[in-house]
Amino acid sequence: MSLDSATVRRIARLARIHLEEAELPRLQAELNGILGWIEQLNELDVTHVEPLTGPTQMALKMREDLVTDGNIREQILANAPDRAGDYFAVPKVVE
Amino acid sequence: MRLTELTLAEARKRLRGREFSAAELTEAHLEAIAALNPRLNAYITVTEELAKSQAEAADQALARGDAGPLAGIPLAIKDLFCTEGVRTTAGSRILAPFVPPYESTVTAQLKRDGAVFLGKANLDEFAMGSSNMTSAFGPVENPWKRKGAEAAKLVPGGSSGGSAAAVAAQLALGATGTDTGGSIRQPAAFCGIAGIKPTYGRCSRWGIVAFASSLDQAGPFARTVEDCAILLRSMAGHDPKDSTSADRPVPDYEAACRRSIKGLKIGIPREYRAPGMPAEIEELWERGMAWLKDAGADAQEVSLPHTKYGLATYYIVAPAEASSNLARYDGVRFGMRVESDDLLELYERTRAQGFGPEVKRRILIGTYVLSAGYYEAYYLRAQKVRALILRDFTEAFSRVDVLLTPTAPSAAFEQGAKMDDPVQMYLNDIFTVPASMAGLPAISVPAGLDAQGLPLGLQLIGRPFDEETVFAVAAALERAAGFTHLPQIRAGV
Repeated sequence: MSLDSATVRRIARLARIHLEEAELPRLQAELNGILGWIEQLNELDVTHVEPLTGPTQMALKMREDLVTDGNIREQILANAPDRAGDYFAVPKVVE
Repeated sequence: MRLTELTLAEARKRLRGREFSAAELTEAHLEAIAALNPRLNAYITVTEELAKSQAEAADQALARGDAGPLAGIPLAIKDLFCTEGVRTTAGSRILAPFVPPYESTVTAQLKRDGAVFLGKANLDEFAMGSSNMTSAFGPVENPWKRKGAEAAKLVPGGSSGGSAAAVAAQLALGATGTDTGGSIRQPAAFCGIAGIKPTYGRCSRWGIVAFASSLDQAGPFARTVEDCAILLRSMAGHDPKDSTSADRPVPDYEAACRRSIKGLKIGIPREYRAPGMPAEIEELWERGMAWLKDAGADAQEVSLPHTKYGLATYYIVAPAEASSNLARYDGVRFGMRVESDDLLELYERTRAQGFGPEVKRRILIGTYVLSAGYYEAYYLRAQKVRALILRDFTEAFSRVDVLLTPTAPSAAFEQGAKMDDPVQMYLNDIFTVPASMAGLPAISVPAGLDAQGLPLGLQLIGRPFDEETVFAVAAALERAAGFTHLPQIRAGV
């Protein structure tokens, strides 16, 4: 499978990364190089193999559904690039 | 002897014997950093004031007699661990302004035990790389030099390149790292020091900037195996804030370093031979087998038939997880922002300028393999191959106690090499990735020099949560190798 430039643009849109037209050819070649190399996995027959989602097969621990922190508004907002009062600020999205 | 030359264990003993103070030990390291860091670039941020106040507190605790196990020990912290009130960049422009209001669990435990934080160590951007060349804060120079080519700057490996270079150049007694596909073991090998990635779940991931959550694991670097054991004991343990951290007791790893390896079965996986691997790595591997046999262990060949698929599997799973984890960097809640009147454009421009080329490549690959129509062909298939890789190890460990392999297929290479083709860079991790995919503990031990005078490492891989056997065999390997070489660039030289 080889990615055409329209597909690279579509993926970049999905990933919310702006691409300059001039970056496209090189990026397309690099991504196709990586995907071509990955194709080696098609040599394997995995028909009856259960997928492994993570290395530990242990059951995840449950915890009490309790609030353990809170009232740290200033800490949460401390790194905001822009704020309006107690809110994160973004450009207007509703006309 | 300079204070910066001591092992961590020796420094701990002498601090307790009041032969010198934590303040003096810290000062010696800060002076060495001031002298060498402008050249090596191992630290992104030096926390001089914090280090001095922690050293003072350690001296008071030592005087009172209630000092923690790491009281007064100066460490470098990979700049992927969130540190309260200290800028944490992940080596990325997008996090350049980020000052965490909280402390990661691993660093909190090191603080609890009295450690001194010298600063935040350089790394590949978001821990994605094998050379430290992708850092937005510039490359790190490996303190080792090729014989007869002293002007050439070599890479320290990556992603924890700054941590490894700092420990090798004696700018810290130890360091924290993280390992997703080899990011502790490969730089340890390139810099002639020891580094262990423990079992997935042994250390809490809480407060570590996430790359690939089913693979990321914290671990220590130090100049000896015993020093790694001391650090890991403080770093490890269950954390209610990370549901994937294991609720098991943390053993005394230091004691495990003194265990006999008589009768242990060492597996030699026949597939760990890379095309074009230098003969001297193969020879060192054979010497490693001989050393362990001399120490009373038995060696036997084993087969891990899916080894060759480890890297390709990794380069589906890790980017997929990364594309999801890195979605949080949108210029809204923290980190840098590129202003725009349009929200979508704000996201896209922020991420375009905030991320470097390797991070973008991996986000795009990850987005693609998870996208509708391709999920089964790539991601699901990779998860199935991952199951086969784990099965290989499980079968091997029914017959042997630990596996011995080379750590990397080459010694350190020059800055700028392998940059034209991403796949060439990825091949660095060919021997470290399989243990990551299976979540197994693995250590790199410095074992010899190549013909050009550069360090080479051997890797030991153990059963899940059996770091003790890994430490026992690593310590035996270290004793037999007698690696006492030092890099040309180091404190006081």
